[in-house]
Parts: sequence; C-alpha cells; structure tokens
Amino acid sequence: MTDEAQFVAALTDPTRAVPAGLVSPRGTTDAKRFAVYRNNVHVSLTAALAARFPVTRMVVGDDFFAGMARLHVGQTKPTTPVLLHYGDSFADFIAGFPPASELPYLPDLARLEAAWSDSYNAADIGGLSPTGLAAMAPETLADLSLALAPAARLISSAYPVGSIWSAHQQVPFVPPKQSGTEHVLLTRPQADVRLTIIPPAAAALLRALADGLTLGAAADAVFATHPDFDPGSALVGLAGLGAFAAPQQELSR
Amino acid sequence: MSFPALPARPGLGLKPQHYAQIIADQPDLGFFEVHAENYMGEGGPPHRYLEAICENYPLSLHGVGLSIGGQGPLDRDHLERLRALNDRYQPASFSEHLAWSSHDEGYLNDLLPVPYTPQTLDRVVAHVDQVQQALGRPMLLENPSTYVLFAQSTIDEVDFLDAIATRTGCGLLLDVNNVMVSAVNHRLDPVAYIDRFPMHHVGEIHLAGYDETTDDAGDRLLIDAHGSRVRPDVFALYRHTIARTGPLPTLIEWDNDVPAFDVLMDEVRLVDAVLDAAPAQRLAS
Repeated sequence: MTDEAQFVAALTDPTRAVPAGLVSPRGTTDAKRFAVYRNNVHVSLTAALAARFPVTRMVVGDDFFAGMARLHVGQTKPTTPVLLHYGDSFADFIAGFPPASELPYLPDLARLEAAWSDSYNAADIGGLSPTGLAAMAPETLADLSLALAPAARLISSAYPVGSIWSAHQQVPFVPPKQSGTEHVLLTRPQADVRLTIIPPAAAALLRALADGLTLGAAADAVFATHPDFDPGSALVGLAGLGAFAAPQQELSR
Repeated sequence: MSFPALPARPGLGLKPQHYAQIIADQPDLGFFEVHAENYMGEGGPPHRYLEAICENYPLSLHGVGLSIGGQGPLDRDHLERLRALNDRYQPASFSEHLAWSSHDEGYLNDLLPVPYTPQTLDRVVAHVDQVQQALGRPMLLENPSTYVLFAQSTIDEVDFLDAIATRTGCGLLLDVNNVMVSAVNHRLDPVAYIDRFPMHHVGEIHLAGYDETTDDAGDRLLIDAHGSRVRPDVFALYRHTIARTGPLPTLIEWDNDVPAFDVLMDEVRLVDAVLDAAPAQRLAS
C-alpha cells in the first residue's frame, strides 16, 4: 500500500493501528494525535449531514442523529468535495436503520430535505409563468411537452412529511398530523424555496409530464384515475408555483 | 506577480446566516472570503447573495477540497469547477491548502498532512503549476496545522513552502493559528517559524481559534477548530508578524458554532487595531 492508502485505511478503521512513520516530536507513534484526524473526518461529515437534514435532526434529537449520521458516514464517503450533494443516499440508509423504524415517516422526511437542498441550489432558469401559459395558442397545448423547472422536486409520501417539515419551521412548535398521504412540491418561484402540498391529481400530472408525456397524453392519464380532474386550473396553479421551465421555443425567441 | 491582491485590511468568512445583515448594514470590512465548494451549486440563493455582496466587497475564494498535496493526479472535474467559479466571480484572491483530502475511498473532508521530501515537493509544485495554468492566475498556498510528523520528512516546512512559492510563482497564505497549533504540537518555536517565513510571498493572513487537548504522553495538543475567538497567544504572534511585514489582508475564520455577526466584528476591531499600529512599509524579508 502507498503511504496515503495506509493513512486512509487507518483513518477510516479505528481498529487499525496508527501507520508506522507517523510520529510525535518524541519520535513515537501516538494514538491520540492520529485520532484527531479520525475525529475531524467523522465530525465534519456528520456536520455536513446535519446541515442538509436539519428537520430530521430536530425530530430524532441531536444524539440519535449524531449516532445515525456517524454510521452512514462510516459506510458512505462523499464522492466529490462538493458537500452540497452529500447525503443523497441518507434517506435509504435511514429506511434500513432499525432503531429509526419507530418513525416510519423518517426516510421520506429525509428525502424531502435532500430535495429541498437540491431545489435551493438548482440552476436559475426562467420558468413558465401563468401569463406565458395563457399566451400559448390553445390548439398547441395538447401536443406541448413541459419540462419541470430545475428547482422543482416532487415528493409523494404515505406520510404527511410536508406538514411535519412545515411544523418544524414554526415558532412555537405546533405538533403536526402524523398520518395521511401527502404530495409535496418544492419550487423556487422567486428567490427562495417554497413548499406546497398539492392535490394527488396535480402530482399525477407532474409525474406524467416529467416522464415526457405531452400535456394531452398526461391529462388523459390523470383522468383515468381522477375523473374530476380539471387540467386547466391544475396547470395554471402549478405554473404559478414555478413548477415548469419555460418551453424551448420560448427561450429561443 | 506581487502579492497581495486583497486590501491590507480585516476580512471575514461569509456565512449564510449573516447574508441579510451584511447586505442591510454594509459593515466596514476589507473583503469577504468564501469556501469555493459551498458555491458549486448551479444557482439559487447562495449565488444571488454572493453576487450582491461582491458588488461592495473584494472576494477571496478559498478552496478546501482540491487535494493539492495528494499522491494522485488532481481531480480534473473539481479543477474545472474551480475554473468556472473563478471565471464567474473574478475574485481578488484564490487560495488552497498544502494538504490532501481525497483518496480512492472518496472525499474525506479534512486537511491531511503531507510528508516533506524532495519527491513530495516536486509533486506539489507540479500540482500548483497545473492549478495556476487551469485558472489562468496565480494562487496562494496555505501552511497547514498538523498533529503528527512524518519520520520520512527531510525538509523543514518553511523551506518546503518557500521552495513551492519560488518554483511556481504562487503566493503563500500564512495562517498564524496554524503556525501556533503546529509549533505547540511539535515542540517548535512559533516566533522562530514566523521570523524565518518568506514574507515577500505572503498575500493573506488567516486567524482563528484553536481547541486544546493532550496527546498520549499527556502533553498539550492544539486542534485547529475554527469555533472560537482568536486566542491571546495567536494574537500576540499575529502582532509580531505584522510588526515585521506591515499591513496584510487578514481573515478571521470562524466556521463552527458560528456566532452573531457582531461577535465577528469585535474580532475585526482587534485586527484593525493591529493593522493601524503597523509600520506602513514592509520590512525587508
């Protein structure tokens, strides 16, 4: 092994001895000195997860979060120095972490928080406004393909994770409801991320559009499961939230 | 190229919790510094605030993840991200560390130590050359804080940094807290380190708070923690440095347990007093 590989092996496995050749000024290996590096790695990456998953941390408490994060850090290192994206697999880790199973909504709450930071850091691209939508020729709408805005994220959960997330933004804290499906849309209509709980039919429309269906085909697919669906008002509402990117032809004009 | 490019005044690390207050109050500061990696998202509020703040303050872009001291080649994707960020913001200064942080296992998010040998010197020189070529500008390289020594090291740290600067034309970022941390940890004289340091290469100074523990022998072990006020002994060492160099751009780093902005401004006033009392000209170094 190279010097670096030996260093990393000992850094990430506390049962390994300090590599030979790393010494104190007395010329001896010193476990407490090397432990500073081990601790820095764990503490700084745990802090990166705490920064991206603040509500998850509030829900489980600092100590539980620190223990859970530390295990994840031990298993999964960042793949780049850009820690904005670190924790993409944390929700899946939580789903498989038995001590967290008392809170069945926790993995989806973590998914929502990961999506929130993705939305926060997404590209600034002009969206399709309701006015822009209204200006389109009605006969072209059925064949229109609408791309989601870079900052748009949809989290559908069997648990009310949007309400739980929102409750933790309030002072004083009002306990949220604990059961019920929610479709949570994150967008950045102006500067900041906005969380909106949207109806199931609107969520189905967004998913169909995100899958590449034209507006007409997407609306037909939603009608099949939601006979009362009103595509016009859903579309205007979603556009008003900044869910859609401006269509290509709009951008090129 | 002469250093520094930043104003010889106090600067602060920019933290998201202070964005709004800074824009509202326009505090009297020489510059702001950001960690480059925190602005590598594509868009959103971080860039919006940074652009607004850059309208009124010079920017120091400080990378923490390039792993310039690493054995392997530089991460080309990351170098490209740094190039794009430098092009976008045109900062007055770009700096990175004499350290490594990535390996096959991934990114470790710590500044890990480099042995000082002729081979590692050649490697770091090649990496600094590559960075400066990619960015189209000279960079500053920061002295590390370390907790262990390499038995294999044959070159003194000050000589190692001087050689890098001389061979690559890069400047140096002198972190006075790191000097104190490493000197105490390795039983060296911090004043002697400063007195030998090639100040003509220095483009910026960093100050921060350290934590304290003990090693296996029960001796003092300082930890570069960035979570408290600058300690009095580091401030004294800074005063000694500035008396020798004249005013230099000086950053207060506070990255953990970030306090209210007013607490940071208290630290800034302490730095200001030292800079005001400094000789106007740099002494020969």
